[in-house]
Amino acid sequence: MHADPAGVLTGTHFLDGDHACCEGALAAGARFSSGYPITPSTEVVERFAARVPTVGGTFIQMEDELAASITLQGAVWGGAKAFTVTSGPGFSLMMEHIGYAAMTETPCVFVDVQRGGPSTGLPTLPAQQDMMQVRWGSHGDYEIIALCPNSPQECFDLTITAFNYAEKYRCPVFVMMDEVVGHMTEKVVIPAPEDIEIEPRRYTTLPPKEFLAFKPGADLVPDMPRVGEGYNVHVTGLTHDERGYPDMRPEVQAVLVKRLVEKITKNVDQITLFEEDQVEGADVVVVSYGITSRVAQKAIDMAREKGIKVGKFRLITAWPFPEKQIAAIAKKVKGIVVAELNLGQMVREVERAAAGQTKVRLVGHAGGSVHKPEDILKAIMEVAR
Amino acid sequence: MAKVQGSVQIVVERCKACGFCVEFCPTHVLALSSAFNAKGYHTPYMAHPEKCSGCDLCGMYCPDFAIFGFKPEVEKKANAEPVPSSEAVAAPPLVSTENKEEQDAR
Amino acid sequence: MSEATVTIQNPVEQFLRMDRIPHIWCPGCGIGTSVNSFAHALTDANIDMKNLAIVSGIGCTGRVAGYVNLDSFHTTHGRAIPFATGLKLANPKLNVVVYSGDGDLFAIGGNHLIHAARRNIDLKVVCINNLVFAMTGGQTAPTTPGAVITATNPYGTYDPSFNLPYLVEAAGAVYVARWTAFHVKQLARSMEEMFAKKGFSFIEVLSPCPTLYQRRNKMGDGLDTMKFYKQVSKVRNGAPTSEVALTKSGEIVVGKFVDRERGERGDYGNLMHDSLAGALGEDYVETEACSCQ
Repeated sequence: MHADPAGVLTGTHFLDGDHACCEGALAAGARFSSGYPITPSTEVVERFAARVPTVGGTFIQMEDELAASITLQGAVWGGAKAFTVTSGPGFSLMMEHIGYAAMTETPCVFVDVQRGGPSTGLPTLPAQQDMMQVRWGSHGDYEIIALCPNSPQECFDLTITAFNYAEKYRCPVFVMMDEVVGHMTEKVVIPAPEDIEIEPRRYTTLPPKEFLAFKPGADLVPDMPRVGEGYNVHVTGLTHDERGYPDMRPEVQAVLVKRLVEKITKNVDQITLFEEDQVEGADVVVVSYGITSRVAQKAIDMAREKGIKVGKFRLITAWPFPEKQIAAIAKKVKGIVVAELNLGQMVREVERAAAGQTKVRLVGHAGGSVHKPEDILKAIMEVAR
Repeated sequence: MAKVQGSVQIVVERCKACGFCVEFCPTHVLALSSAFNAKGYHTPYMAHPEKCSGCDLCGMYCPDFAIFGFKPEVEKKANAEPVPSSEAVAAPPLVSTENKEEQDAR
Repeated sequence: MSEATVTIQNPVEQFLRMDRIPHIWCPGCGIGTSVNSFAHALTDANIDMKNLAIVSGIGCTGRVAGYVNLDSFHTTHGRAIPFATGLKLANPKLNVVVYSGDGDLFAIGGNHLIHAARRNIDLKVVCINNLVFAMTGGQTAPTTPGAVITATNPYGTYDPSFNLPYLVEAAGAVYVARWTAFHVKQLARSMEEMFAKKGFSFIEVLSPCPTLYQRRNKMGDGLDTMKFYKQVSKVRNGAPTSEVALTKSGEIVVGKFVDRERGERGDYGNLMHDSLAGALGEDYVETEACSCQ
């Protein structure tokens, strides 16, 4: 269905990533946010607090990220599309509730504008150090979807994608920005509402007597009940059966947790997004994401000028990881260069998918600024030899 | 004029013999019987049924939803269409049969 | 009197998920008793059950959400109140009850409780206080009185404990009452009053924990505790909450302590709408709910 015009600021704008992300949320239909301030993410909800009263919705600043991350889930069950934003230290606090969203299949969006860590780290400077945390940060087995924009335009576009994925797969979805993408200002084109596809909430059409809250459809995802209409839904973080009732037998655990994982892994082809360029026939492929992909592009251009056959593979969905695509590339190239603003996180996934079929070379960075193109170029040249 | 009499209904298998109903019945209608349920709990019975007013204080105290008091005349009218329950206890509505021996014995 | 052959149902059962009874609570635990009072309050207050949502945290009392036949949410430890806040703000027509334990609401959840009270969020909070973290085996809680044995104070507690009504009143609650599991009727009436109240409302219900707290301290079983409550409770409606602290075996002051309004604008929802409407005038889009398509 099309976006609700009330939330769509159609036009050509000059916005930074944080602001564009907020507009993406509004265009996607988000009408509730609960937040807690943390640099460099706060502008997203500051804008939301200013915009949503004129669109029709609520922003509440909670007392901490523990509250913010669960208040939005209450709002989701109350009928709203809801999200929050944070950065490293706040992200760590939200982990329990990310697991709760996964377990209760609550559709919601978390935006992490990554900054240098660990701990308080570099509040105003970029990093990409939460990439493994977003996948594994909460306890237990579950799957999530994480998107990595590399421009303010993508902050707008991919936030809409995030909300759509959240509704479709009923899981928490993450927009992994970084401080540079969040604070760089570029042209952002916001289309007309009829040109924005949004995924409606998959409310059940069954009456309360026939509806089982956690019985999945063919895509392994259950439909949602409307609260306040007599469905008497029971939502719990305990292992539960199709009625939603706690049932803590291993056989129930086996069915439930497997489904929470498979609803993503079995639909990976519909979820995976990436950008590739000249991968066919390449000797070296550079894998990167987020702001690093823009520096990597410069390095790739420089390498191509030197005559090296370099391909580009940009992760747009970092999770679920595009294993198939990386495995296919690994078979054909001399090596893969992975450039990321951390000391080696997504590179592990590349190594895993490559399964020893090619060299994998990390160009890491402890964070605080972006890479120098020369550093990535150096790695490309070494791998190409 | 007949005194308004009440009665209780007991779901014997739910009772955990905590003793609240016996203790707090204002007219001391109940006592724990020597019979016991499948879990080994000595469940209550109406030791003095004539003293029951159907006030349902026993029902309010019972943490296991195993007993409730009612006024049969009133209930009959009110429950013309009984609400279905997965454990609807059938008549006779006075005392569960397991404890009938206690009554008969006295 | 005739032997009626009508099927009669316990009036509480319509509020319960009968397919999940019997419940997990111990013999002599007062949580089930409090649920009876809750059921009676729902009937007497004529509450629309469709519009009632119940949110609980983790713990023995947290399991209440799983047994009542309403839209019910069993959330994370300490976070029932912020979840309930989101639910209520996104869907203001819902009547939102938080039903949780003393450890859940005042230890891990303490921060959220004071902020929701500060904001006067329209929530009805029932706190079953059994003086310990019961579900996990009876560890010391912020409400455990001094000089008793718990799982984590095997030689006796020495932590000072919270006076819950005092704390909640200071944080901003508009309705504060305390009863025990013995006071079934008064509790039902308080709950009924709470439903009619707009704003952050709180009822503390003292309950036996016979398996853990009472047993470790040789205080008898649930019935002994209920008799103790009957014996030492004093009803003092309107008592200053600063004077209602609990001790191991001292007087238990019960009653309705606070029933007030906070300013003309009332609960948080109204505060928010009034403020935004005042600031934005015609540009303010007030919605009945924050619902998505």
